[in-house]
Amino acid sequence: MKIRYQPIVPFDQEGFNRLKDEQHGLHPDDQYLKPGRIPHIWCPGCGLGVVLNTYINALKMTGIPIDRSVVVSGIGCTGRVAGYLNMDTYHTTHGRAIPFATGLSLTRPDLSVTVFSGDGDLFAIGGNHFIHAARRNVNLKVICVNNFNYGMTGGQVAPTTPVSARTTTTPYGNSEASFNLPYLAHASGAVYVARWTTFHARQLVNAIAETFSIDGFTFIEVIAPCPVGYGRPNKIGSGLDEMIYYKENSIVQNGADPRNVDIALKGKIVVGKFSEEKRPTFLGEYEEKILKKFRRTET
Amino acid sequence: MSDSGILTGEYFINGDEACAEGAIAAGCRFFAGYPITPATEIAERMARRLPQVQGICIQMEDEIASMAAILGASWGGTKSMTATSGPGFSLMMENIGLGMMTETPCVIVNIMRGGPSTGLPTLVGQADVMQARWGSHGDYEVIALSPSSPQEMFNLTIEAFNLSEIYRLPVLILGDELVGHMSEKVIIPPSDQIHQVSRVRPSQSPDGYLPFMAGDNLVPPMACAGEGYHVHVTGLTHDEQGYPQTTAQVHERLVRRLADKIRHNTSKIIQVEEFETANSEVMVVAYGCTSRTAREAVQILRSEGKKVGLLRLITLWPFPEERIRQVAQGIKAFIVPEINYGQIAYEVERCSQGRAETVLLPLMGGAIHTPENIMEAVKEYLP
Repeated sequence: MKIRYQPIVPFDQEGFNRLKDEQHGLHPDDQYLKPGRIPHIWCPGCGLGVVLNTYINALKMTGIPIDRSVVVSGIGCTGRVAGYLNMDTYHTTHGRAIPFATGLSLTRPDLSVTVFSGDGDLFAIGGNHFIHAARRNVNLKVICVNNFNYGMTGGQVAPTTPVSARTTTTPYGNSEASFNLPYLAHASGAVYVARWTTFHARQLVNAIAETFSIDGFTFIEVIAPCPVGYGRPNKIGSGLDEMIYYKENSIVQNGADPRNVDIALKGKIVVGKFSEEKRPTFLGEYEEKILKKFRRTET
Repeated sequence: MSDSGILTGEYFINGDEACAEGAIAAGCRFFAGYPITPATEIAERMARRLPQVQGICIQMEDEIASMAAILGASWGGTKSMTATSGPGFSLMMENIGLGMMTETPCVIVNIMRGGPSTGLPTLVGQADVMQARWGSHGDYEVIALSPSSPQEMFNLTIEAFNLSEIYRLPVLILGDELVGHMSEKVIIPPSDQIHQVSRVRPSQSPDGYLPFMAGDNLVPPMACAGEGYHVHVTGLTHDEQGYPQTTAQVHERLVRRLADKIRHNTSKIIQVEEFETANSEVMVVAYGCTSRTAREAVQILRSEGKKVGLLRLITLWPFPEERIRQVAQGIKAFIVPEINYGQIAYEVERCSQGRAETVLLPLMGGAIHTPENIMEAVKEYLP
């Protein structure tokens, strides 16, 4: 057949340079952000900006260079975190950030690999990968931003949505039980498990920084406001109202038994560092028990 | 074993094992897979062999994870592969699309069995040819190779790696249960005779680097993780900077380039073996295990003086349109035996543009054609 193509509009290099030169570099943290990517796409009141900021501050605190750290994300609002960071970042398919990051981490043990994703991405469509990577103890720093719903698609029920909560697909209130994520992570084998809210920015920076130095699969749950998808239908209010709610209803309980940290609609939120243990990593064991057998000794 | 880990020598091994050896010879150092008949022997061989060359073999929790892991390893700078069969191939489709969109070199082996669904796990099929071409959503061009012997499983696995590195995309090997499980002599050449290609790396500094800006060959140089280029890799439609863009203009530019980097190079990619094609009035078009039967049929018919030849498709995708079009002008009919209900036959019919008749010899799977099946069909045109 004959083909009559549409004209191709070339890449706007000048426009891109303008965006980069005029708007990038004004903020001291701009070295951590990809040039020309701000403003971000998140809604007013969203907690993701806080989480992004705490991650950057954790990098600063630990001094890990941006060339030595990579971020892998799945799909969803949290999945967009990767795209703003000025480092090697991978925005993969829905639910598959962890197996992608597994391939990356195993072939590049010299890099610090962080997985940023949402509760739906990591625990519904990606739940199987989460438990297996935790079981294997792959060296991944997993940060799950839990806003109790599917935000990107407009506020549907998630495996973390508390019973009775309203979402667009639970218009009469959610009738399903929800996951207790720290319990799930701990039971699956994560060597570090913590939960904070976006109100606990300093604790979150410390927690993220702490995980950078741990060899193995670490898990931090960050409770974050989603005023549009979750706050409004459940009459929790604006992003600021949700932050006040976190302030008034969070109970810091380091070392709490992960079995007892379930979150109910408008209930208390137990936060803190729940567990830390040492366990051989996948790569450590593979190296020690398998690769070493075939390594030629230097003569 | 040589320093490169290549097992130079002559072996009596099956096609799956030869495939694993081809991967190692090509420089593959990461394998992620999930057990599935009739491809399991590839994973087993990789589990034994990869540690010997300081590579990593991991059995993932499913084929979705396997496919994701090899993409991650490829961005880590390591040549990577997975191997599966029909049901697993179906599960891999979304991440194959991610590999196409993000231009990630890697190799996926599908040892085809009878389908649909669980079908015939232990018996042969060739019914994933169209799935290989169109299985992931959206428009993209694929490269799929069809080995017809254990030796070719070895050779074409190396070829698949090289093509994936040259054109930056996941390359498919469409083997079949018969070729995967048959044992024959396989010659593994010395390492210095094995042609290895590696992806082109950026020659410029990270400053001002555009990770998805391609030159005339339409394939952008690839900066892997930790090299300081700060690349954003996304399955979203993205511009040359790698940034997501939701405009028709950027989408047109990107998707056209992804397709054109293959379409503009079909003459370099496509391999067709011609057997007794001179003066032929009827042409058998076959691939994989079916081409072995077809060759036998053509040999017998030629000895009887019948003017029949065989076009053995080594490359299934991109489809050798030009060659089929040329051949169609001088012959009466194409005979297309396939272990499916007609997949490549539709391509042959399309390309022959009515100049020659296309005769499909379908077989639903679990068995192969006999030479007689093919000879009878040929004799309808060459009595």
